[in-house]
Amino acid sequence: MSQTTGKPILEVEDLRTYFYTRDGVVRSVDGVSFSVSEGETLAIVGESGCGKSVTSLSILRLIASPPGKIISGSIRFHGKDLLDFSDEEMRDIRGDKISMIFQEPMTSLNPVLTVGRQIGEVLELHRHCSMEETRIRILELLKMVNIPEPESRMNEYPHQLSGGMRQRIMIAMALACDPEILIADEPTTALDVTIQAQILNLMRELRDKTRAAIILITHDLGVVAEMAQRVVVMYAGRKVEEASVNDLFEKPMHPYTLGLLNSMPRLDDSASKRLVEIPGMVPSMRNEIIGCAFAPRCSAAIERCSLESPPLKDYENAHWVACWNPVLLRPAYE
Amino acid sequence: MINNSSVKHVDWSGQLFKLSHFFKAQLPALYQRYPFAVIGAATLFFMGFIAIFAPYLATVDPQAVTPLNRLKPPSWQDWFGTDALGRDVYSRVMYGTRVSLTVGIAVALLSTFIGTAIGLVTGFIRWLDPIVMRIMDGLMSIPSILLAIALMALTKASMENVIIAITLAEIPRVVRLVRSLVLSLREQPYVEAAAAAGTPLLKTLLRHILPNIAAPLLVQATYICASAMITEAILSFIGAGTPPNIPSWGNIMAESRSLFQIAGYLIFFPAIFLSATVLAVNYLGDGLRDALDPRLSRRM
Repeated sequence: MSQTTGKPILEVEDLRTYFYTRDGVVRSVDGVSFSVSEGETLAIVGESGCGKSVTSLSILRLIASPPGKIISGSIRFHGKDLLDFSDEEMRDIRGDKISMIFQEPMTSLNPVLTVGRQIGEVLELHRHCSMEETRIRILELLKMVNIPEPESRMNEYPHQLSGGMRQRIMIAMALACDPEILIADEPTTALDVTIQAQILNLMRELRDKTRAAIILITHDLGVVAEMAQRVVVMYAGRKVEEASVNDLFEKPMHPYTLGLLNSMPRLDDSASKRLVEIPGMVPSMRNEIIGCAFAPRCSAAIERCSLESPPLKDYENAHWVACWNPVLLRPAYE
Repeated sequence: MINNSSVKHVDWSGQLFKLSHFFKAQLPALYQRYPFAVIGAATLFFMGFIAIFAPYLATVDPQAVTPLNRLKPPSWQDWFGTDALGRDVYSRVMYGTRVSLTVGIAVALLSTFIGTAIGLVTGFIRWLDPIVMRIMDGLMSIPSILLAIALMALTKASMENVIIAITLAEIPRVVRLVRSLVLSLREQPYVEAAAAAGTPLLKTLLRHILPNIAAPLLVQATYICASAMITEAILSFIGAGTPPNIPSWGNIMAESRSLFQIAGYLIFFPAIFLSATVLAVNYLGDGLRDALDPRLSRRM
């Protein structure tokens, strides 16, 4: 397993993004820290609404304000805090140095523009090349993402392409300017399984070729196992565990991570076996959570859990867990 | 010299073939699918033809007063008869086409253009939205005829002022439509994706939002055109529109109002033209709507 190489490109520290709604403050991201290095893939996993997407949008500073606001923390890109950048400087970063792939390839492309033109637009914005150079680069990108007959495909509209092809176009757009960081927000969720595998293979191939760092946002642990080197597990806007992918799957220490892993069907399970579920519901983020956010659903909860918020602690080999009563000696899977 | 000046060769037979193909094959096919739109478009073409060639179609000067020849019913000499001052109604109606079409098209273009600009900005800039929309609500709460009359009362009667007055009254409708479309489009992932690619606001509006609202906007523009023609006729009818020295369908009818009992044809002919034109514009609008957005037609 190739480990992190060199120093981190992006360091997110104690990021807090709150939404000020009529019904109160929603703490979507509440003190999250992580970092990514060149050529590394970091996965952020968690249930819907745990703040994964808000984290990624915060990095690009695309949180609609109002109601959203990044209230504290820092997002250092090559040591410079993106939160100090002006809007224009930020615009130059987006799509050029840091780019993003969205979840829905069906709706993430403008239906009235040809795909070639949409890719060209990114190049036009950041590279200012001539028409001919743009055309050559578009063809090159389309070939790179394995689109057959790029010359004719570039003049087609999104509705003429299949879902997998559209996601390839999105990837081509994201890679147009050779970004240093690629944020992929559930890139395979909307695709069917065979296409998912193709897209993941493509992303891996391109990562090794371009040495871009990837921040992969997903709730699919299968995707994580295939793609990532490090994993951040989020729950209710907080980071509860961070570990290398092997450590996380072999010895999850946070009860929530363990619950997630247990709730996945396994090939060696009998078909009649009921999947293990995590009891209870994700807490409402409108109320301030005292103690550990997972405590009400946790089978290993002790008294301290609902009183004090557990700090992140490095147990071994950069395996960070925020839990008062981590799973230490128990076997990972039952 | 000779080599450079290439003789422009026009392929007349080819053009003719295309034309005949259009009339023989494409037009009937279009008629099959959108009969009302084709009828509307044909009527409008006809009206446009009249408006452009009015001086050649009119038999006499529309302003020429012939007191001896007053209130003649329609005849071979005066097709639509003559009015109380002995002016030829046919010629006046031909010239009146110009006023209606000019006002209708100008208002449609101006109000769509201005309304779209305001709507785009309002839909995208959150703090501006409540301010602009309250102003638009205020404008809309005044009946558009009343607003136009009030604006006309402030200025002198001229065609430009009629256009401005009706445009002002129509702008809020466009703003509302555009704003509501923008509000739903701005949440579309591709708009977010454009932002994530570093696209500046103005470019996002022009490149991503505007093409996506073009279809409903075009349909709305035709309805505005129709309603502007009617408003112009009403303004002229009550004497607040085009000045009397420019014949318009509205003021031809207005001048003959008191003679309706004895010379109904005076009102009949301009009224027929007005209704036909407005109907044609509406048909065209419906046809465009069906062709551009089939979902919209089911909703309305």
